[in-house]
Amino acid sequence: MPAFVRYLAPLLAFLALAGLLYKGLSLDPRKVPSPLIDKPAPTFRLPTLEQPGRFLDNEAFRGKVVLFNVWATWCVACRQEHPVLMRLRELGVPIYGLDYKDKREDAQRWLQAYGNPYVANAFDEEGRVGIDWGVYGTPETFVIDRQGVIRHKHIGPLSYDDIENEIMPLLRKLRESDG
Amino acid sequence: MKKSLYLLFAVFLTLGVTGHAPPARAAGLEAFDFTGDVDEERFKHLIVELRCLVCQNQSLADSDADLAHDLRREIYELMQQGKSDEEIVDFLVQRYGDFVLYNPPVKPETWILWYGPFALLGVGLLILAFTVRQRKRQSDTPLSEQEQQKLKTLLGDDDNGDKPA
Repeated sequence: MPAFVRYLAPLLAFLALAGLLYKGLSLDPRKVPSPLIDKPAPTFRLPTLEQPGRFLDNEAFRGKVVLFNVWATWCVACRQEHPVLMRLRELGVPIYGLDYKDKREDAQRWLQAYGNPYVANAFDEEGRVGIDWGVYGTPETFVIDRQGVIRHKHIGPLSYDDIENEIMPLLRKLRESDG
Repeated sequence: MKKSLYLLFAVFLTLGVTGHAPPARAAGLEAFDFTGDVDEERFKHLIVELRCLVCQNQSLADSDADLAHDLRREIYELMQQGKSDEEIVDFLVQRYGDFVLYNPPVKPETWILWYGPFALLGVGLLILAFTVRQRKRQSDTPLSEQEQQKLKTLLGDDDNGDKPA
């Protein structure tokens, strides 16, 4: 074995390992990739949060590019995210909500107190629709295209940076495609 | 000393018998009724194999997270409906991905996981074989005149060198 190989091999091995570990530092193990991306959104039909007698289902956002936001009043990060959703509403983005395992009065009070960024909310008291959507930690936000296909999932609270760099560009792209 | 140890031991024993120490497992399991069609063993076997997404290093059996409760309930109901283990696992994988499995399937994305250790072992064996061969070649070359001389002085040339005087 030539000497330079002998000396270089450990160095290369070290660099390869360091590179892998460095990549690992920037990965968040709590962000589990969703198998639902690029699949039709799971069908649901639930009473609305606003009026128990009325129902919300997938038909509500057919033909539109929308956000589907899973939230709850017991979720601290949702409170943190709320102003960002209000900003999205200002930007004219239709947001549909899934109020996940919540109490109806609490959620209604929340929207009155902090403002309502949602077009409508589905009230998922038992969290079954949440399971169908693979929800494991609120808040979670899905981007759904005109065909009702999930194109993106954001896990954790949205930040202003996220909407500027991630959500808005994607929404623009989806709106432009197949008019 | 010995006596107090026995005493301590006895105290621990009674704790176990009277049940003051809470059972380590069985979080939420009590809530289910296994007198009907649902086989308790099958249920337990399933939830041990599935991972909770909230507390990621716990199985559905161990976790007390809210989602784990809901998923146990879901699995129980699917079993009541007569679904097979495979169908139930598929149900969860479709929603949460392979991440829920403690025993991930073999497919291109998991090849490194499944075959990586064997590949590393192979590389190690190659290096070992290479090194051994090289050492052997070195030891096969006969000693030079000078080395022979040095060896003799080290061993002591008088033929009772290593016998006690």
